[in-house]
Amino acid sequence: MRNNYVYIKIPSLSVNESFARATVAAFCSSLNPTMNEISDIKTAVSEAVTNAVVHAYEDEIGEIEIQCRIKGQLVEIIVEDYGCGITDVEKAREPLFTTRPELERSGMGFSYMESFMDELIILSEKDVGTKIILRKKISEKKQKIIKEEINDEKEESED
Amino acid sequence: MNIQFVEDGQVLTIKLKGELDHHGADQVRVLIDEKIKNNDYRKLVIDFKNLDFIDSSGIGFIIGRYKLIRKRKGLIEIVNANKKVRRILDMSGIGKIINIIGG
Repeated sequence: MRNNYVYIKIPSLSVNESFARATVAAFCSSLNPTMNEISDIKTAVSEAVTNAVVHAYEDEIGEIEIQCRIKGQLVEIIVEDYGCGITDVEKAREPLFTTRPELERSGMGFSYMESFMDELIILSEKDVGTKIILRKKISEKKQKIIKEEINDEKEESED
Repeated sequence: MNIQFVEDGQVLTIKLKGELDHHGADQVRVLIDEKIKNNDYRKLVIDFKNLDFIDSSGIGFIIGRYKLIRKRKGLIEIVNANKKVRRILDMSGIGKIINIIGG
């Protein structure tokens, strides 16, 4: 398949969180992903976009740019903002770390992005912005059928 | 995000429909908290039967309600989460403090 891409630019309104993840998921559907793979991508995109809405542009509305590229079986998603930036990226990656506990942030955003994608790169500069790069390889169809069968068997035996 | 309340004595069941993300949580937080603060519930049941999506913002929202009901000496329970939602719940580790039933 030829390489494919889509660019989305949205204001940092919380109502756009669901639009962003649904759009990226729909775009990736040409790779015929499993339900779990689609769910993983949706969650990771949701976390990245929500971070931009809540943290990058705290009390203002800014722009969020999302690029999604498909190269073979690889999906690359870039979520970029021009907000306040992350002061300490290593700290931000720690599970349960949040700068805004009063807003009921769980501090699990980056942990989920890391768990659900194969690769997570965070590029950030204070007062310049943040760029999140997410990559995931979507399994080929043949492997998928076998994998899902194994998983189903596992779940049945667990039940 | 749609919300439906079912009261049974001192048990309040909250049925959430839609997607529990940052936007969805903001839509229902005040409604739920008002109800908890104005009544004397012993137990809060969150029914996820019609919930299609949850992310870390939804987890933060659950922990927020957990803290509120605990202050009032109440319990919280999550029921009917589907496979996708259950996966996120399990990964968050909130099962250690909140009873997750079914799903």
